[in-house]
Amino acid sequence: MISLAGRDIVNSWGKFIFTGVGLGLLVGVTLTMAGLYRGMVDDGMALLDNSGADLWVVQRDTLGPYAEPSGIPGDLWRDICAVPGVAEAVNVTYLTMQVGHGDRDVRAMVAGIAAGDSGTPGWPPRLVAGRQITRGHYEAVADMGTGFALGDVLRIRRNNYTVVGLTRRMVSSNGDPMVFIPLKDAQEAQFLKDNDAILMQRRRTEADPALNRPGMPGLLEAVQASQTVNNSVNAVLVRVRPGYSTSEVARNIERWQRLTAYDRGKMEKILIGKIIATAAKQIGMFLIILAIVSAAIVAFIIYTLTMDKIREIAVLKLLGARNRTIAGMILQQSLMLGLFGFVVGKVAATFATPLFPRFIMLIPSDSIRGFAAVMGICALASLVAIRIALKVDPADAIS
Amino acid sequence: MSAQGIRIENLSKRYGRGDTAVLALKNANMEVSPGEVVGLVGPSGSGKSTLLKCLGAVIDPTGGRMTLNGEVIYDEGWKVRDLNALRRDKIGFVFQAPYLIPFLDATDNVALLPMLAGIPNAEARRQAVELLAALDVQHRAAAMPSRLSGGEQQRVAIARGLVNRPPVILADEPTAPLDSDRALAVIRILNEMAQRYETAVIVVTHDEKIIPTFKRIYHIRDGVTLEEKGEGRDFGMECGRRGRG
Repeated sequence: MISLAGRDIVNSWGKFIFTGVGLGLLVGVTLTMAGLYRGMVDDGMALLDNSGADLWVVQRDTLGPYAEPSGIPGDLWRDICAVPGVAEAVNVTYLTMQVGHGDRDVRAMVAGIAAGDSGTPGWPPRLVAGRQITRGHYEAVADMGTGFALGDVLRIRRNNYTVVGLTRRMVSSNGDPMVFIPLKDAQEAQFLKDNDAILMQRRRTEADPALNRPGMPGLLEAVQASQTVNNSVNAVLVRVRPGYSTSEVARNIERWQRLTAYDRGKMEKILIGKIIATAAKQIGMFLIILAIVSAAIVAFIIYTLTMDKIREIAVLKLLGARNRTIAGMILQQSLMLGLFGFVVGKVAATFATPLFPRFIMLIPSDSIRGFAAVMGICALASLVAIRIALKVDPADAIS
Repeated sequence: MSAQGIRIENLSKRYGRGDTAVLALKNANMEVSPGEVVGLVGPSGSGKSTLLKCLGAVIDPTGGRMTLNGEVIYDEGWKVRDLNALRRDKIGFVFQAPYLIPFLDATDNVALLPMLAGIPNAEARRQAVELLAALDVQHRAAAMPSRLSGGEQQRVAIARGLVNRPPVILADEPTAPLDSDRALAVIRILNEMAQRYETAVIVVTHDEKIIPTFKRIYHIRDGVTLEEKGEGRDFGMECGRRGRG
């Protein structure tokens, strides 16, 4: 038996191609949206993976350092090092800001990393060009996504930094590329006020009788000095010794240091369940809308194609074609339209994703699910047309 | 008359019920033998279309008996179960307009019926090409319907009606859109094919040009059939398999 659906499509290929391309672009947008969600999750996982930590120690009862602000004293890492099972504890700061470069600026997450070497928690694990930071100040390692090149001079707050190394896939949970600078510089960038603000604060402190008491020499200077310096960090990244349970070490840190320590599983829940949750819901809503629009378009086109063939369907039925032959023709047309649309969509999504500013992750399982959904939608969309075709009276072929 | 061909006895068809019921066919009788072409004529509303639909197993009569090659297909409310197969295998249709499937070429338009009956594509196409050759349109076998002239389309439609070698062909106003020459050509072809394939052909028509060509005519008026001997005139021109002897 010849394929009636295939012949009809070949005969009216223009309509089929244009409809298929339109549907394909919708499918492409759908796959890209799914890829956007996957990319967000992968960004979050990359952030955790690349930090090289087993535990994230943050201010008590906060979801820091990525989901909420967190500030803990900068010398607390020494106490954490003393907790049994801790192999390494390193201060780190994170600050999302605009990083200037010449006339433009780039949104980036600036990470302040403690002195050490490659492999130290918080440090970029891999470089694609240049070297790691070796000086205590004014050097930076930037993710390729920033668009910076080796030797570029960046402006972060009041200071300039020279890019000495480039890394890849180091991004925040929002997809912003990361720029690594020495911890002291990052603390300054995060906490240090400008000169005018410092001057104004000194004047206010001088005017405060509680802090500027007569007969207590040195008190005012000490208070002012403490106000100018801020040794806080956002978190301490902890690496646990082999053989120790991370949850046990986390419990000890929380109990004795009055802090909150998250292991990898909890951090994943925070990143995916809280930071990405709203975006995921939005993407889910878009996917539902796109599915409904796609179904409506396919249903309309298949309905139109069927209505154009009512007389032929009546003739086919009069000539003895069974209902399943007619229904099969309409269903096959709908599925072929879906297949073509999916191929167009997949190709469009594959070629378009590198153009997006955020990381879009197209994974085969999403494509398979998308293909099944498109086929299911097309099969459902053909039901209206099939119902109409089956109601056609063969007597209509006889005048 | 033999038991072969198509035969109806006291066939009736009523539309509606009660006071609004309309009796479209009243004890209609008809018998057409294999190889014979008869005309079915009558004014609008006389019951021609109803009779044609009953003969074509498209609607169910409400009474009477109908046999095809001796096989009962309807008898006082009883009917064969698979009407699709009956129409596909036992009845050929030729319409006023050819109603070819626009997305199939001439060969596949003809071959579609045997394919629907489960005959392999190659064999179905061989049968189709053979018929197209018999109807002198084999040179247009690969053409799509939109590329065929009106006469060529009608011949392809006749080939489609014949391809499953049905015992009966029902032709519904097959010459209505054609001029005299082409109308007579179609009737000549139907006569040739009826004799060659031993098929009974019933031609429903208003067409004054072709009515004199029938040897037997059934008039229908107010649902009642009346048989009359026709003039059986010659078709008037060489056509159809012209130049092929």
